[in-house]
Amino acid sequence: MEERKVILDIHNFSIAFEQYENGFKKTSLPTIRELDVTIHEGEMVAVVGSSGSGKSLLAHGILGIQPYNATLGGEIIYDGEILTEERKAALRGNEIVLVPQSVAFLDPLMKIGPQIRKGKKDKASKEKLDGIFKGFHLKEEVQDLYPFEMSGGMNRRVLVSTAMMGNPRLVIADEPTPGLHMDMVRRVMAHFREMADNGAGVLLITHDLEQALEVADRVVVFYAGTTVEDADVKDFEKEENLRHPYSKALWRALPQNGFQFIDGTQPYVKDLPEGCPFGPRCKECTAECKKRIAYREVRGGRVRCIHAV
Amino acid sequence: MRHHLLFIGKNLIRMILLLFGVSVAAFILVSVSPIDPLQANVGQAALGSMSVEQIEKLQDYWGVGQPPLQRFLAWASDFFRGDMGISLLYRQPVLEVIKVKLANSLWLMCIAWVISGVVGFVLGIISGLKKDTWIDKLIKGYSLLIASTPAFWLALVLLMVFAVWLKVLPIGLSVPIGMEASGVTIGDKIQHAILPALTLSITGISNITLHTREKMIDIMESDYVLFARARGESTWSIVKNHGLRNVILPALTLQFGSISEIFGGSVLVEQIFSYPGLGQAAVTAGTGSDVPLLLGITVISAAIVFGGNLIANVLYGIVDPRIRRGGKRS
Repeated sequence: MEERKVILDIHNFSIAFEQYENGFKKTSLPTIRELDVTIHEGEMVAVVGSSGSGKSLLAHGILGIQPYNATLGGEIIYDGEILTEERKAALRGNEIVLVPQSVAFLDPLMKIGPQIRKGKKDKASKEKLDGIFKGFHLKEEVQDLYPFEMSGGMNRRVLVSTAMMGNPRLVIADEPTPGLHMDMVRRVMAHFREMADNGAGVLLITHDLEQALEVADRVVVFYAGTTVEDADVKDFEKEENLRHPYSKALWRALPQNGFQFIDGTQPYVKDLPEGCPFGPRCKECTAECKKRIAYREVRGGRVRCIHAV
Repeated sequence: MRHHLLFIGKNLIRMILLLFGVSVAAFILVSVSPIDPLQANVGQAALGSMSVEQIEKLQDYWGVGQPPLQRFLAWASDFFRGDMGISLLYRQPVLEVIKVKLANSLWLMCIAWVISGVVGFVLGIISGLKKDTWIDKLIKGYSLLIASTPAFWLALVLLMVFAVWLKVLPIGLSVPIGMEASGVTIGDKIQHAILPALTLSITGISNITLHTREKMIDIMESDYVLFARARGESTWSIVKNHGLRNVILPALTLQFGSISEIFGGSVLVEQIFSYPGLGQAAVTAGTGSDVPLLLGITVISAAIVFGGNLIANVLYGIVDPRIRRGGKRS
């Protein structure tokens, strides 16, 4: 495969929240601690992690719509340049687009058509939307509906079409298929695959590893605010090809691999252990794991584990 | 069509029950009031110089000694026939008295209603958008301060400042003293309405502001505003496309619901400015045991307030597509 251009390179990214404990003590809550993701043009990368691991915040951080009391750290490089808050504001909705989880993200009192056009009434916007709707087999009447009047099938296509109004080069899909039937999931995923095949980078944020393996090119495993492994989808064919104990545990938990689960739960941000966040649940944990663990290349992927070979 | 008829019918029954309840309550309160109508309206000195026959005549006129139930039933049966009775104090049909007083009050209340609605709405939106900034703190501080200030006290302060110290506005009444009715200009009327209307507006604003602010904050923290931001919409675009659209519904309910508060406030404010409106007439009727007038005013006021709430309900159905279109589908 030819070398493709890197569209998004996130390095050592973190998001922390300032909080007041007991009203006096100011503490910083590092919801995302060390996150590294690289996306090339035409590539679909899935960030997989269980709920509460800070996945949605990643999307908001890239778009610059994080809550006002959040502090971002690390570096995001988009299209070769550092992605500053000003650049985020200029690019979001046009080059960098978000596809949300559900129609709850649409204004309940605004008709679909005007809402997708962001209230614009010019001919160019109208024609563009008409074209997108045609491509999705959505009838023109749908533009006159309110969000509550749409069927489940329409919802998905409408949400995806919001992303097409700009000229997306990076698509961020935040749990785009919660609670959907598998057929529907495949159809929605096909839209994202198509966008990637047309040259956009797609960042799929999900808790569903099985789904990610079906459509993505690479999978980034995210645990308690940290990316622990970055692996090609093919690596998930065999447990031995995976590098991090948590990825292996995820693999074993897949239905076809025996539904095995490990003890314990993902630690809450406030109770994170020193060093490797997975340490307390890991059989291979040693004293060395209590130190800061570097993200390093192993067998063509990346891993944050000192024992990986 | 059937849906609409049902709606009208339901509300009509509701209104009749409400008016009946309100008039019963008002009547009971007047009946148990310790005020002796003769002492209050004729005076002890005058009564002392009257003969027994004269006093009996007066007692008959003021309904002293009649069983309350009988009095109420007599009033109610007349009312159902469209006769609101004769005011004992004004010696005119109650309907006539109310017409004149209401015309005075209505224009006062309308001004206050519109000003408090518009200003409160705008302040609430600004405050909600600029949450936790100095401007929000200023608006919120003002609203909380005014919300905890009694309307009559504020009226007195304004009266002292503008009428007594600065002498720029009249001290009371609705027209200049000693002027013929034909000589009164619109300018005079406006000048006399400024202070009472201002008092009512100032007190009305805080409630609308605080509610609108709260709703605006909810909207700005909603998922759909987050998504609009993710789609690159500017703050102004978000306010225009989503903020106003979503805040106008609760604001409508609030605005029509606030009629009752303006009505209540006007009773006190009119009393302080000696403004001859419905509120003042209600106080006079209450303290003077003018039962037909008091019941008439009570029923009319309740009907207006009920009407306001009804309008809010109807408008909601027209403005909110979820009710308008959702109702049609089911």
